[in-house]
Amino acid sequence: MKPVGYFEGESMTRRRVFTLAGGALGGLAGAGIILPALGFAVAPIFDQPEEDWQPVGPLDDFVPETYVPRVITIVQGIGEAGKTTVYVRRGSTDLGEDPDSYVAISTRCAHLGCPVRFVQAAGNFICPCHGGVYGFQGEVIGGPPVRPLDRFQTRVTDDLVEIGPRYSVTSQLEPVRARDPGEFTGGVWEYLYPPRPSTAAPPSS
Amino acid sequence: MRRPPKPGHSNGNGDAPAALENGDAPSPVTDNPGKRLTTGAKDAPADLVGWVDERMGATSFLTAMLMRKVPKGTNWFYTLGSATLFAFVVQAITGVFLAMYYTPSPVEAYASITHLTNDVFLGEFVRGMHKWGASVMVILVFVHMARTFFFGAYKYPRELNWVIGVVLLILTMVMGFTGYLLPFDQRSYWATIVGVNINGTGPIVGPYLSDFLRAGPEFGATTLSRFYAIHMLLVPGAIIAMIGAHLYLVVKMGTTAPPWMRADLKPKDARREPVEAIADGSANGASENGNAS
Repeated sequence: MKPVGYFEGESMTRRRVFTLAGGALGGLAGAGIILPALGFAVAPIFDQPEEDWQPVGPLDDFVPETYVPRVITIVQGIGEAGKTTVYVRRGSTDLGEDPDSYVAISTRCAHLGCPVRFVQAAGNFICPCHGGVYGFQGEVIGGPPVRPLDRFQTRVTDDLVEIGPRYSVTSQLEPVRARDPGEFTGGVWEYLYPPRPSTAAPPSS
Repeated sequence: MRRPPKPGHSNGNGDAPAALENGDAPSPVTDNPGKRLTTGAKDAPADLVGWVDERMGATSFLTAMLMRKVPKGTNWFYTLGSATLFAFVVQAITGVFLAMYYTPSPVEAYASITHLTNDVFLGEFVRGMHKWGASVMVILVFVHMARTFFFGAYKYPRELNWVIGVVLLILTMVMGFTGYLLPFDQRSYWATIVGVNINGTGPIVGPYLSDFLRAGPEFGATTLSRFYAIHMLLVPGAIIAMIGAHLYLVVKMGTTAPPWMRADLKPKDARREPVEAIADGSANGASENGNAS
């Protein structure tokens, strides 16, 4: 039996055309609401960071032999939760570093992000959560961390040492874009843990 | 239950036309005003239920759901799902009231928690119900899951309900994870840092998932409100929808008998054949084995 309104040679019934058109219009209307809302929620992933440099003290405060703790603010406006400790020292010629450069080691453990502490007597960084241990340059010497401690870029302005954006390092201490704790760096890991647009470019080594 | 008269039948008693013709013939109920009042008051609740039910038709649905047949051997282990649902309802109710005092801002969150715990009347109790209830719910979810597994209740035709249950388990864990941050003390802050970083260790998508959860590369100004929104709006909505589907399937499919009940078999059939006999007789058909011995 032919449906009402059927004429010879038609490939779609009137009912089917209206069903498809209704579905398409409903889908468009739904997408018009859902997609902006989703974009709104995931937008921070694509936010470019602003480069923020903070002075942490005059040049004489820092020596090559040991670290000096300094507190910087990495997120403005959220009080204590936005602050972090960095360990700063002058470059050491014994370690093959430029003596006029400054090294700022992040306290964020490369295992899962707990705060590490520099233990003067041992010359090591030690994490309280899961037993990660790092050597003097932040290289892993024990426990679960997957890469050396992150660093912050440094520069000297008006005889003050300034701390800049965070970057991560490979096991050979070559700078790469900042990765979250728990993510390996170097080699194939650069592709398995891709660099995020929300991180700053690393310094040229 | 008194029902409103249908059109054409004045009071549903069948003798309506006669009563109408008689006009002022006194009815046994209405001749005494006091008696009429008490009878009316007694009937009021039933009348109300009847009035609503006539317009919703919920009785048949509720009867089918609440009075459904359950298999022989149904026991206390079968209450674990309802217990989990009860735990969820407790979390929902206490959560709504906690939200009246809580401020999801990194600067004020901890102060608002200490205020609602220490200063607000019964605040410690309501917060305690929510905090300990969270653990109770997680434990109940797992025990309920273990019951389903060990009783074999996940098997055909109930696999889909198992899958929905797993989704509910994951959503419950997401609730635990996002809720843990909200007191914003040292423990919850660092536990969340660790948890977000564990999420980040997933290859390819992990780093972006971390950025999504934190709303940026660092724990930032909107991380807490993001967790709060997920905790009190997004996931509860999903859980309620999933519980609806879960219960629908429970009613639709019915529950299973415990594995030690063989109510579906007659005693003769329930007798176990030796495994060797079945294996040897595979070519000759099962009927021969059934008649042997």
